[in-house]
Amino acid sequence: MKLRRIQAIAVKEALQIVRDPRSLMIALLVPLMQMVIFGYGVNLDIRHIPLCVLDHENGQQSRNLVARFAASNYFSLRHAAGSDREVTRALDDGDCGIALVIPADFSQRLNDGGQATVQALLDGTDSNTANIAAGYAKSVVAAFSATAQLDAVQRRGGTLQTQTPVGVQARVWFNEALESRNFIVPGIVALVMAIVGTQLTSLTIAREWERGTMELLVSTPVHPMELMIGKLLPYFAVGLADAAICLGLAVFWFEVPFHGTVVTLLFTSSLFLTVVLCIGYLVSVAIRSQVGASQVALLATMLPTTLLSGFSFPIEQMPAAVQGATFLVSARYYVEILKAVFLKGAGVMELAVPILCLALYAAVVVVLAARAFRKTLD
Amino acid sequence: MLGRILHLLIKEFLQLRRDKSARFRLLIPPIVQMVLFGYAATFEVFNVSTVILDQDRSQESRALEEAFLRSSRFALAAPARRVADVRDAVEASDAQVGIVIPAGFAELLRKGQTAPLQVLVDGTNSNSALIALGYVGQIAGDFGQGYARNLAERTGRLQGKPIVSVDVAERYWYNPNLNSRWFFVPGVIGTLTLITIVNLTAFAIVREREVGTLEQILVTPIRPVEFIIGKTLPFFLIGLLEVSIVAGVGMAWFRVPFRGNPLVLLLGTCLFLLAALAIGLLISTICRTQQQAFSSNFFVLNPLFILSGFSFPIASMPPVLQWLTYVDPLRYYLMIIRATFLKGVGLETLWPQMLALAAIAAVLLAAAVLRFRKSLD
Repeated sequence: MKLRRIQAIAVKEALQIVRDPRSLMIALLVPLMQMVIFGYGVNLDIRHIPLCVLDHENGQQSRNLVARFAASNYFSLRHAAGSDREVTRALDDGDCGIALVIPADFSQRLNDGGQATVQALLDGTDSNTANIAAGYAKSVVAAFSATAQLDAVQRRGGTLQTQTPVGVQARVWFNEALESRNFIVPGIVALVMAIVGTQLTSLTIAREWERGTMELLVSTPVHPMELMIGKLLPYFAVGLADAAICLGLAVFWFEVPFHGTVVTLLFTSSLFLTVVLCIGYLVSVAIRSQVGASQVALLATMLPTTLLSGFSFPIEQMPAAVQGATFLVSARYYVEILKAVFLKGAGVMELAVPILCLALYAAVVVVLAARAFRKTLD
Repeated sequence: MLGRILHLLIKEFLQLRRDKSARFRLLIPPIVQMVLFGYAATFEVFNVSTVILDQDRSQESRALEEAFLRSSRFALAAPARRVADVRDAVEASDAQVGIVIPAGFAELLRKGQTAPLQVLVDGTNSNSALIALGYVGQIAGDFGQGYARNLAERTGRLQGKPIVSVDVAERYWYNPNLNSRWFFVPGVIGTLTLITIVNLTAFAIVREREVGTLEQILVTPIRPVEFIIGKTLPFFLIGLLEVSIVAGVGMAWFRVPFRGNPLVLLLGTCLFLLAALAIGLLISTICRTQQQAFSSNFFVLNPLFILSGFSFPIASMPPVLQWLTYVDPLRYYLMIIRATFLKGVGLETLWPQMLALAAIAAVLLAAAVLRFRKSLD
């Protein structure tokens, strides 16, 4: 291994990057734009679920109930339906996520001191939203029920047995306001870096094949390992700049609380960057056409990092076999590290396990990538 | 004209046939991804790792503890003897939820006062935490109501009158068991197709240009429109094939019901493919090198994916992003594909989405053809 050869390759590759300012600009702009779109677009806080009401009674009590729904942050009243058919239509069209059907004898039942039931029809297509919407609807109705009960008892001149026999005092750790942004934005950093990092290097070797410069490369005395290091170094610099942009946006723009240290962040980010750059390089060596390399790189990064890294979907809820597959997704470890560094302020010691996994991962892909490149032309 | 297109078509397919890895790449990964992601994409919350500390050790506290464990929402992760154990377990991520039933719990209940239940939640994943907290509230609430009713009946405070109360009877349409796979599988079908088609098309013309074969083709009598049709038709067919395969896997493997009219889905798929092809073509005409095309793909595909409502509700996005979703063809296709699969509705409901897709496809295709013509001079 000779430093001079590595340097020569690195300089050549860096020149190529600089000479293609458009690609470089894209490489730096992509993270910026992605962070903003993801940061605002990826939001699991469910608010303003479109509500449609079919009030068969249209009396004082039923209007009170509808007013409570309209006043809550969770629902936004879209329209009042006149018939069952309109309710069906609103749900079919996706105009409303929940429809409230109030029976004609609603007030009467309440005034008689009995039990009234309102029907909530939910669009179960989006099961997560439906589930949370049903919970919200129950809590709105429970609050209404409590008031109605209090009224009824007072009218009778009695005293009230407490409405909530068990009071839940919840405390939330690490993300007190339960803002999904605080756990999603660190995940987005991992996602953007995985995608951009792989993308940067996945065409480097394929390009040499297609342009016919591979013959030249093979005829030089360069060693595969030297070639790899030389090719990756300039992209490592670009990748670090990307990481700085992403992490900076997370802290200063999205104001995700940052409890950890910059050193931990820098160290783990470099490790992750090594992994993704090497994966890109490996793809590039293995597949000789640029279309093919891009196809594999896209399929290997975009959906797996989104779905399998634990960035949005909890890994514990996946079946065992799929959980096993997540161990092969390097972003999984980085997401875990980022969340812990940001929200829990974890240091290198607490993160020993994911860091070691990532280091092992890096070692394996480095060796694979270096060995995959053979200096033959067939 | 047809003859020339046909020749180009044959050439493209020949090229594809010679590339063995391409055939593999186009078929196997989507199937594997479909299966993997069908399982991975779920917001469901079951068996949340939980520690429970019972400081009251009464009949009531034991009954409440049992109610938690019986629900299948919570699973005991570690035993706890002291409050510190609960805290440590949540801190070390051994448990996502810690529940403490304080001493004196039963006494307060018996007196008809509110008995506190302390709950500690790891909020790192706010969505799971929120849902888990919802279940804690529901179980504690049901337990409390049952207890209160029981107490009232025993002590005769009700004097024969029932408690005034309002209930919610919830019914989930289209997906009665709230199976989240029914929601995500159609989404994965659309997303996988979009990624494949845009990428293939974006490379199509850039590659000819980079390798230098574009000039050769252009000296033949072929017209730009014919060239574009001949170039993209193969991808259109590949797209149709991919949708059928992936959708077939979704239905056969995940048992997602298909309630609608296959022809409506076919129409939607064709319009969507046209829009995807147009996006790829535009990228193809703007970029000079494949490297640029590749970065542009990421630049475009990711936002399309995020803004489509694949898993992140559009209604929760800020207004500016909500407007942006209106130009996202994937948004309309996901609505069409979910509606035809789960709701079984037809054109009478889906025509706005179809129109939107057609409009997007028409505008983008026109732009692509114009740009291609211009890039020739």
